[in-house]
Amino acid sequence: MKQKLIVAVLICIGITVFSSCKDSNVISIGVNAELTGSIPVAGKSCVNAAKMAAAEINDQGGIAVDGKTMRVEILAEDNEDKAESAAAVAQKFVSKGVVAMIGPNASRNAVPAAIVAESNKLIMISPWSTIPKLTEKKKYIYRSCFTDDFQGVVVSSFIYKKLKARRAAVLFDITSEYNKGIAEVFKAEFIKAGGAVTAFESYSTGDKDFSAQLSKIKASRADVLFLPNYYNEVPLQIQQARQQGLKGMIVGSDSWGSEEILTLGKDIMNGLYFTTHYAPDMATEKAKKFIADYEAKYGAKPDDVAALTYDAFGMLFESVKKAKSRNPENVLAELSKLSNFPGVTGTMKFSSGSGSPVKSAVVIQIRDNAFKYYDTVNP
Amino acid sequence: MIVQQALNALQLGSIYALIALGYSMVYGVLRLINFAHGDIFMIGSYAALFLAVYLNMPIALILPLAFCAVGLLGVTIERLAYRPLRTAPRASAVITALGVGLFLETITLAVVGPEPKKFPALIDLNIITIGAFTATNIQIIIIAVSIALMTALDRLIAKTKTGMAMRALSWDKTYAPLFGINVDKIISFTFAIGAGLAAVAGIFVGLAYPIIDPYMGIIVGWKAFVSAVIGGIGNVKGAVVGGFLLGAVEILSAAFLPSTYKDMIVFGLLLIILLFRPSGLFGVPVQKKV
Repeated sequence: MKQKLIVAVLICIGITVFSSCKDSNVISIGVNAELTGSIPVAGKSCVNAAKMAAAEINDQGGIAVDGKTMRVEILAEDNEDKAESAAAVAQKFVSKGVVAMIGPNASRNAVPAAIVAESNKLIMISPWSTIPKLTEKKKYIYRSCFTDDFQGVVVSSFIYKKLKARRAAVLFDITSEYNKGIAEVFKAEFIKAGGAVTAFESYSTGDKDFSAQLSKIKASRADVLFLPNYYNEVPLQIQQARQQGLKGMIVGSDSWGSEEILTLGKDIMNGLYFTTHYAPDMATEKAKKFIADYEAKYGAKPDDVAALTYDAFGMLFESVKKAKSRNPENVLAELSKLSNFPGVTGTMKFSSGSGSPVKSAVVIQIRDNAFKYYDTVNP
Repeated sequence: MIVQQALNALQLGSIYALIALGYSMVYGVLRLINFAHGDIFMIGSYAALFLAVYLNMPIALILPLAFCAVGLLGVTIERLAYRPLRTAPRASAVITALGVGLFLETITLAVVGPEPKKFPALIDLNIITIGAFTATNIQIIIIAVSIALMTALDRLIAKTKTGMAMRALSWDKTYAPLFGINVDKIISFTFAIGAGLAAVAGIFVGLAYPIIDPYMGIIVGWKAFVSAVIGGIGNVKGAVVGGFLLGAVEILSAAFLPSTYKDMIVFGLLLIILLFRPSGLFGVPVQKKV
C-alpha cells in the first residue's frame, strides 16, 4: 500500500515537472480570448486568426532567434469574458514565460489583463480593445486597432455631416468599459459639433428588456439612435426600438463588426451603418490574400477581430524578426520602434511612446444581409 | 408615455411572476430554495427553440409540449437530486440546487455551444399604433396567457383535491401524510407545475427578446427569486404580486430616473420591504415551537 502511494506521488511529481518543462526551441505566444461568455464568436475568430498566423510563419520555417530557427507555438486560453479570469489568464502566461500575450479583445477584459501584464513586464497586444486608457502610461501594452477617442469623432461627424441629423439619442451598456467610454466620447463630440443629445440611456450587461429606455428615447424625438453595444445585444435593441415605434436611423460602432449580428438580426439590420476597422470588400492585396486564406481554412469571412488579431501577430512577428531574440525586453525595444506597419486593416502608425496606432476607420452599411463598404475616414 | 410604460411593465412583470411562482411553490411544500429554477427557465427556452426549428411545430403545440417536457425535467431533478437529501440539513439541499443549476448551464453550453441563438418568430408580429402609443400582439399574448395561467393555478390550488393536498403539505409536512396525502406525489406534482410555468416564461422571453443564450437564466432567475421573496416566499399570490411589482419598479425607475439607477432601486426596494415585513408582503411569520 505504502509503496503504491509512493509510486503514485512520484508519477504525479514527474508529470508536473515534465509538463511545466519549457520546450527550449519554440517561440510561445499566449492568446487570451473570450471563448465562452457573451461574445464567444469574437473569441473564436481571435484564436482562428492566431493559429493561422502561426501556421504561416511555421510553413516558412519559423523565425530566426538566438542563433536558431524556431517555430511559433500558440497557447490559447479562455478568459470566459470575465475581468477576473482575463487577469488570471495573463498571470498564467507570466508564469509560463511566453514571449508575448495577444488579447483580450473586449475592453472590460483587456483593462484588468493589462494591469497584470504591465506589472509583470509581459508584452500584451490587444486586437480589439479600443478604450483609450488601455495603453495610457503603460510601457508593455499595445493594440492593433484605433481608439474610441478617434471612433467617437468618426461616428459623431458621420451622423452630423452625412446623415445630417441634429438630434441623437444613445443607449449603452453602463457596466462595460468599452460601451460607456465610446458613448461619452460621442456625446461630447456631437454636442461640440452643434447637435443635441436628446436622451442618454443605459442598461446593464445581460439585460433583455430595453422597453423603458426606448420609450423614453422615442419621446425625446431623436432623429438617430446610436447603439455602441456588442453584436449579441444589438439586434434585440433594434427589434425593441422598432416595436416601440422608433423609425429613425440607427448607427453602431465597431462592436457590431461580427457577422453573427446578421444571423441574429436578419432583416431588421438592413440599411443601418456602423464604423469599424476594415471592410472586406475594399481590401488591399495583402488583405485579399488574408481573407482568401482565412475563408479557405475556416469556411467563414474573417471578421474585425480575426483581421486585427492577424495584424497583432504581424506586429509581433516583425518585432521578433528584427530583435532576433525571444527576450521580451529586446522584442519590446523593436515593437516600440515600429512606426509604419502595413497590416490587413490598414497602415498603423505609432508615434513614439504610445502603444495605440493612428489608422483610418471605415463606415460600413448593412445591405442584403452583408457588410458593404460605404466610406473611409482618415484621422 | 405612462400607458406605454405600464404596458412594458406588465409584460416584464408577467415573466417574472411566472418564474417566481416556481420558487414560491417549491419553497411552500419543501422549504427549499430551488436555485436551479432560473436554469430550468433557460432550458424551457431552448426546448421551444428545438421544437420550433427542428420539428417545425406551431406555437399552439410548443407551449403544451415544452410545459410537459420541462415539467418532467423538474420532476426528474427532484427525484434524483433533492429527494435523497430531504432529511439532510437545508444548507446541503440549497447547495445541491446551485449545483444542479450549474450542471444545466454547462450541459447546455456543451450541447448547443456558447453562441447566442436567434429564437424563431413563432407569431407574426403586428404593431398596433394608437397615437403615440404602440403595442404589439406579442405583448398582449404574453400578458393574457400569463394571467390565464396564473388564474388557472389559483383555481387548482383553491378548488381541487391536489391543491388542497399541496396546501396541507405546506402547512405541516409531518402530519399531512396521516390524512392520506401521498407526499412524494404531491412534491413531484409541485415541481412539474413550477418547472412547466418556467418553461412558458422561457418561451415568452424568446418571443419578446428573441436572442437566447445559456446564461440567460441567471439574472432573470435572481430577479424572479427577489419577486418571490418580496411577495413572501411560499405564498402563491405573493409571488404574482411580487413579479408584477418588480417589473413595474424596474420599468418605471428606468423610465423616470436615469436608467443607471434601475438595479439599485430594485434591490433597495427589496431591502426596505424586508426591513418592515421580514417575511414579505404576503408572508406569515413562522412561529417556531420549542
